[in-house]
Amino acid sequence: MDNLQHPLPSEAAVSLQGQAPISSYILEMRNITKAFPGVLALNNVTFECRRGEVLALVGENGAGKSTLMKILSGAYQADSGRLILRGQEVNFEHPREAQLAGISIIYQEFNLLPDRTVAQNIFLGREPRRGPLVDQARMVQETARLLENLGVRINPQTMVGMLSVAQQQEVEIAKALSLDADIIVMDEPTAALSTYEVDNLLDLVRRLRERGVTVIYITHRLEEVFKIADRVTVLKDGETVITTGCADVTRDDLVHYMVGREFSHYFPPKARQEDITDVVLKVENISTNNLLHDISFEVRRGEIVGVAGLEGSGRTELARALFGAERATHGSITLNGKPARFRSPRQAIKSGVGFITEDRKKEGLVLMLSVRNNVALPSLPARQRIGFIRMAEERSLVANYAELLDLRSVNDRQEVQFLSGGNQQKVVLAKWLATQAKLLIFDEPTRGIDVGAKAGIHQLMREIASRGVGILMISSELPEVIGMSDRVLVMHQGTIVKELPGADLTEAAIMRAATGTDATNGSQQGVSR
Amino acid sequence: MSATTTNARQGGKLSAGNLIGRIPTLGVYGVLILMFILASIFVPGFTKPQNLTNVLQHSVVLGLVAIGQTFVILAASLDLSVGVMISLIGVATSLLISGRVSMILPAVIVALLLGILLGLINGLIITKLRVNSFIATLGMMLVLEGALFSRFDNFAGRVPRQFEFLGYKTVGPVPVGVLLMLAVAALAWLILRFTKFGHHVYGIGGNAEVSRLSGVRTDRIMIGAHILAGLGAAISALFLVSRLRTAAPWIGKGLELDSIAAVVVGGAPLSGGRGSVWGTIGGVLILSILNNVFNLLAVDAFLQDVMRGAIVILVVAFYSARLRK
Repeated sequence: MDNLQHPLPSEAAVSLQGQAPISSYILEMRNITKAFPGVLALNNVTFECRRGEVLALVGENGAGKSTLMKILSGAYQADSGRLILRGQEVNFEHPREAQLAGISIIYQEFNLLPDRTVAQNIFLGREPRRGPLVDQARMVQETARLLENLGVRINPQTMVGMLSVAQQQEVEIAKALSLDADIIVMDEPTAALSTYEVDNLLDLVRRLRERGVTVIYITHRLEEVFKIADRVTVLKDGETVITTGCADVTRDDLVHYMVGREFSHYFPPKARQEDITDVVLKVENISTNNLLHDISFEVRRGEIVGVAGLEGSGRTELARALFGAERATHGSITLNGKPARFRSPRQAIKSGVGFITEDRKKEGLVLMLSVRNNVALPSLPARQRIGFIRMAEERSLVANYAELLDLRSVNDRQEVQFLSGGNQQKVVLAKWLATQAKLLIFDEPTRGIDVGAKAGIHQLMREIASRGVGILMISSELPEVIGMSDRVLVMHQGTIVKELPGADLTEAAIMRAATGTDATNGSQQGVSR
Repeated sequence: MSATTTNARQGGKLSAGNLIGRIPTLGVYGVLILMFILASIFVPGFTKPQNLTNVLQHSVVLGLVAIGQTFVILAASLDLSVGVMISLIGVATSLLISGRVSMILPAVIVALLLGILLGLINGLIITKLRVNSFIATLGMMLVLEGALFSRFDNFAGRVPRQFEFLGYKTVGPVPVGVLLMLAVAALAWLILRFTKFGHHVYGIGGNAEVSRLSGVRTDRIMIGAHILAGLGAAISALFLVSRLRTAAPWIGKGLELDSIAAVVVGGAPLSGGRGSVWGTIGGVLILSILNNVFNLLAVDAFLQDVMRGAIVILVVAFYSARLRK
């Protein structure tokens, strides 16, 4: 059994790599442009990696990292630009083609079958056979060898669903190597890992590099860039800002490259101090089972409180906990002085909390229902008599808010799936306003909405706040956080690490807190107000 | 590295949870044994050898069709037409033979080919026309049922004594039918466990897209699974005809739902990707014991349905709860 074909890059390839001229690129993406309806996702991006290096790819959310990698993997096709792999121009029309060419992408959601064993997953579609039957013994043995070569101790016959997230990631990496991948892209591999597991993963990445595997490492955590990467490429708004050796930049430089942009968008004036009155929401030391711990803050009437933080920092989890979609295990929440640790969204809605979710299409709207039915959905219980909906009242309700939200051009019987993104978001807003909410939680209020409509939504949010509603706004778009917030809470790794006043916010200050750069001096800062 | 070992949660070790993970049928047989013990204690006459043989004999028809159903459910599909396939194939076999010994072999071959053909059509409708499997096989069921009842309204044809060995002969105390079922189950197990096709059935049921991107020919696998469901129905029909000595257009009625129930009670979720043939056999035995117990206790037929339905729901709820932990 010892003469089985070795699935890892051979020794020869590794040693050859040492002599190869350092300037030779294994992969070049030249002048890549990709537009989606209304958005220029990538604008003339050039991206190169050398054989056997770890190249970090960083940028804010929406900078274009994922789009670029999807083009590399064949999941998307570029509108223009060239892809050159090992000196030859290629064109992938399907992920399978990229895979065959030695490119593997490990996504945040794993591509594994939880009810099959590690070995079965790694060899899915390529099961070794002996005669008509699958050669189980060989499959297990090769898997064991593969894992051992990675320095990973997982039994090949364990069900993947029983493994921890970190172990599943290791299985994904093993699978990539078994496919003979010599370029591995990891998309936010550490987002769901504990500090300890992160160290393990970084070790593993170093070992891959020693083997001559090229790793493209997408991350939000700048500290990891400096721990693991040889070079780093920064993307911003669909353009390459810089590609440089990690030794030549500081973390502050990177933050600056990631955020350094001009404001090109008008935000409504912020609340005056006298408009911000009673406390609506008071949160004290709440924790949840999954991520959140020791979170305390307040939201007042008339105020927009921004919540900033990187993906995975716990922003959305916080919103879900406040809305009763997830249970807070410790601490207290009060709404207008009354206990408000809700056990279900239904309870939260009845008590006057509205949640405008990040994913309008999946969680915010019933796409196949009319505008009117969508608006009336959460407030229905209050508007019925012996179980029947009062149609006239429903109509007038919708008409009222349509006027406020400038939705007059829209027929209230139209199915919302046919509306523009901006109008859809207005329907969501109308829906929650109709519940007479006291607190509105916005998760990415303007994601995927074009610039013109954005200003409209911002205007509306401010107007809603001025009517005495407390607003908690989660956003990854720093200009939005800065332009809209009367106060900003910055989250990092499941808790609020910093509270910044609305007056002199800077992107750099927020990013420093959000990347944990000044976490040392701020873990509880600003919470006790 | 050593770091990984210390953190390996259930990684390589053979913890209890891992064991249950590896032997998914454990729960099914737990329920089965519990049921057996309860029946032995509380139901007079249950443990008589003759009665136990009856239970086994009774489980053959359902067992054979449920084994076929297992393949499609593992692939996250299902087949609602197997019941009427059994009626149709049964009538066809009975008529073809019409008491002639010389026609037995040709009739058996035709029966099996019919099963394969109907399964193939189901598979093609689902994969090539992209019709949801529930609708595709429901449509197939209605078509076959209408066609069958338009021509036949009562028993049709009969089979000679030589064909009865399948339904009545025993080897020692064990009926031939039971051996047939076990042989078919063993073959199915072999296919699922040891062939590429079997692995891919689990693959497309677990996640069709992941499988497709791993190079699995998902359409072919789906069609293959449906062919096996048709084949299972055909074998079941042959046994049933032997047992009844003839066939009628209603003999397979209800078996489509019973077979789905057996597979699900056997631990395979309708969402596919998880389960096993031995689980299905366990599920079949559970349903057969239930049936037998109801008959021994002379429970009213309608009440039987009520209780059977309730028990199926309870068992599956129990698996669900266990899985969530």
